[in-house]
Amino acid sequence: MTVAACIVLPFVTAALLPLLHRLLGDYAGWIAALVAATGFVALLAVAPGIHGSESMAVAMPWVPSWGIELSFLIDGLSLTFALAISGIGALIFLYASRYLHGHHHQGRFLAFLMAFMGAMQGVVLADSLLALYLFWELTSVTSFLLIGFDHTRPAARRAAVQALVVTGLGGLALLAAGVVMHQLGGQWELSGVAGPLADSALYPLLVGLVLLAAFTKSAQVPFHFWLPNAMEAPTPVSAYLHSATMVQAGVYLVLRMTPHLGGEPLWNTTLMLFGGATLLWGAVAAIKQTDLKQLLAQTTLASLGLLMLLAGIGTELAITGAMLYFVAHALYKAGLFLVAGAIDHGAGTRDVTVLGGLRDPMTLTFIAALLGGAAMLGLPPLAGFFAKEEMYAALVSASWGDALALAVLVAGNGVLGAVALVVALKPFLGQLQPTPIAPHEAPPTMLAGPLLLGLTGAALAFAPDVLLGILVAPATAVILGEAAHAPYLSLNFLSPAFLLSLLTWAVAALVWHRFDALRVRLVEFDRRLGWSFDKGFDALYFGLVNLADQVTRLLHHGRLEFYLLVAFVGLGLAALVPLLVMGGMPGRWPEVDLTFYEWGVVLIALIGLLTVVAARTRLFAILALGVQGVAVATLFLLFGAPDLSFTQFMVEILSVVILALVMTRLNLEPTDKRPLEDWARDGAVALFAGSAVTMLLFAVLEGSLDPRLSDFFNAYSAPVAHGHNVVNVILVDFRGLDTLGEISVVMTAGIAVLALIRGARRLRSAPPAADKPAPRRRTRKGASA
Amino acid sequence: MNTLIFRTVAPLLTVVMLVFSVFVLLRGHNEPGGGFIGGLIAAAAIAIYGIASGPMAVRRAMRAPPLSFAGAGVLLAALAGLLSLPFDVPFLTGLWANIDIDDTKVAISTPMVFDIGVYFVVFGTISAIALGLEDEEGED
Repeated sequence: MTVAACIVLPFVTAALLPLLHRLLGDYAGWIAALVAATGFVALLAVAPGIHGSESMAVAMPWVPSWGIELSFLIDGLSLTFALAISGIGALIFLYASRYLHGHHHQGRFLAFLMAFMGAMQGVVLADSLLALYLFWELTSVTSFLLIGFDHTRPAARRAAVQALVVTGLGGLALLAAGVVMHQLGGQWELSGVAGPLADSALYPLLVGLVLLAAFTKSAQVPFHFWLPNAMEAPTPVSAYLHSATMVQAGVYLVLRMTPHLGGEPLWNTTLMLFGGATLLWGAVAAIKQTDLKQLLAQTTLASLGLLMLLAGIGTELAITGAMLYFVAHALYKAGLFLVAGAIDHGAGTRDVTVLGGLRDPMTLTFIAALLGGAAMLGLPPLAGFFAKEEMYAALVSASWGDALALAVLVAGNGVLGAVALVVALKPFLGQLQPTPIAPHEAPPTMLAGPLLLGLTGAALAFAPDVLLGILVAPATAVILGEAAHAPYLSLNFLSPAFLLSLLTWAVAALVWHRFDALRVRLVEFDRRLGWSFDKGFDALYFGLVNLADQVTRLLHHGRLEFYLLVAFVGLGLAALVPLLVMGGMPGRWPEVDLTFYEWGVVLIALIGLLTVVAARTRLFAILALGVQGVAVATLFLLFGAPDLSFTQFMVEILSVVILALVMTRLNLEPTDKRPLEDWARDGAVALFAGSAVTMLLFAVLEGSLDPRLSDFFNAYSAPVAHGHNVVNVILVDFRGLDTLGEISVVMTAGIAVLALIRGARRLRSAPPAADKPAPRRRTRKGASA
Repeated sequence: MNTLIFRTVAPLLTVVMLVFSVFVLLRGHNEPGGGFIGGLIAAAAIAIYGIASGPMAVRRAMRAPPLSFAGAGVLLAALAGLLSLPFDVPFLTGLWANIDIDDTKVAISTPMVFDIGVYFVVFGTISAIALGLEDEEGED
């Protein structure tokens, strides 16, 4: 029931939304919001029943013959994620109904977004690894559609393709990981995997595959570049997919796998290294940005890195901190993105350097921005504050590694805090700056989202039963096991964690103070460097396309004589090499016992053959070839293969007709003039292929034929297939599937031949310049996004 | 090549060959013949008619583009295979029905339908190529 409300309902609604939008206009967005809210309420209804290892499982047969089920599981971890997806989703739909007001394709947009929501719920609720993979890929596909929604702009198309390529790579890794887990555990259900898998020899491979999937989806360095580019999508998409939900799928996967794969140095160290690197990278990159959305996107990178880092630390405090941070981040980041969209909508620009003084015209937006900014800065008593306390407390120890991680965390959190100040204060304080359009407040549907998200974040601070009891504790129990009991911190002004929080805010204030100067310096550094991961992606991507192009040109050069040369030399080698290697060369001349008229037919074939070689004109050679073919067909007839002979006759006659037509219609020269060296080369190849085939036939004649197949067909053709013509029965009955394939090939070849004839005719009728093959168009999309 | 005699005889020859091709097709299950050879004979008939009267006349007579015969043939062969679906037997299993028409037993079977599909594919493809080559101007 709950699963149906969360997964099936969105997909059904997605199919109907374009129609609903045509009927109801903007109100289609309201219906979409209602659908998302239904999922949210359904999840809340089951939430009290889910504690620790208590969970709800649903399964339905999918591929029963292979024992594959479409199974779902609601436990503490999936509940937290699913609540975030449906709750934020409802507000996003409300926002989108207004944000894209009057857009020609609003219905399509809502449908994509709704399908994404269903897929994302599928990811977090799936228990079967195959279902997880399926929904994982569906989120990649819907993300592709949403990033490229504004498909007339090349930058949007490029960003969409880039995101799909990177996350698709991870999807394949996830599938492989699922197969490995199935091999180890014997079943597809994750909940059925017993205990840790660290003892297995496949453990390092499994860790590598799972982390590749998680790192590409959650945009960890070095796969991070697609996420900032994904900001080409409309703002509701950035708020929903690329901050609160889809990019968190990698974090979810890591947390979900922690009971099975965690606790080993390989797992923990890798996560900490990549998470820490991403945190710092995102923090530094955020300072370079002037666009509000880009600022927020880079901090999303940093936050994702932070979550990976915490998952890597893996202690009770760290995991509790991670879950708290996830909840706080989902609320404030989605809210701030919506604020950025509201500013764009109300003032006409998102450039933070030209915005200022909007507090009076956009008071409510300012309040929403303050709520989000406070949460991002981690001010007490908000959830973000406690998340920070927990992660600092987790690392306060004497070890050098912990100290390093602590330094990374403080620096990263400090820059995130500075960005929070920039986003929440800079556009609103100071003198009112001139903006492209007269600043005005956003409509209520667009304010509901950011305000509600901000207020929810604040309210959670005063409702620890909900925050800890429903959202955090059941999830940590799933990740760490039933016994885990993470201590929750209270406000303590003397603890080392609080002192570190003070340090963080000091860093934030310092960076905020010097923000513009830092930006100028970093951008200048980037300009000198002249390389970025984004350009690296292009180099790899187009390099691959060029390589494929060159390989194709090498093999597919379009020179008929070389194709034939390769084909006949290949034929000769295929016949001769096995005979030489396996020692089956015929030892003696086969005995010949022919009547005089049979000799006569052989003689006719020989004369035809010699005439082909000696003929002066092409037409004469074609006719002579026909004579030779008819003689061979007669031989078949004499030796008891009427079907074969019959067909051979028709083929020979049609070959002569068609070859003659080819010659005359394509305006080939009547005589075949080729230079002496070509003549020698072609002759040698012909002799080589011919003698190789002859050798093969002689070898066949020396051995005794295995009669089992002919005996079988002779014996069963009439009683089983009701036919006396064995050849025909084989063709249409015993090996009917082969014939079906063959006739499809025949038809396809016919289409290709017609295309060639038309192409040749077009070349003849076109002006001489078109004789050269048209230069192939290479669309190279602009490298800058 | 385009003599008066040839032009007069060609249509008759075409008719005889087409009838003969159907005969070869239908007897194929028990005597030498079958869809492939039948299709070749029919295509040869079309080619001869085309040489004698010009490809335009042939196209008019055929009413449908030659390649569509080939497409229909593949479809027919596949459908003959799919007939096994309602009988719950593997794809392309031969199904037979004997019908009595005036005391003569006539066997109708899916392999026969399949063979007719083969006939159309060969006939359609080869005539399309032959006519395509015979066309002076570039329409087809």
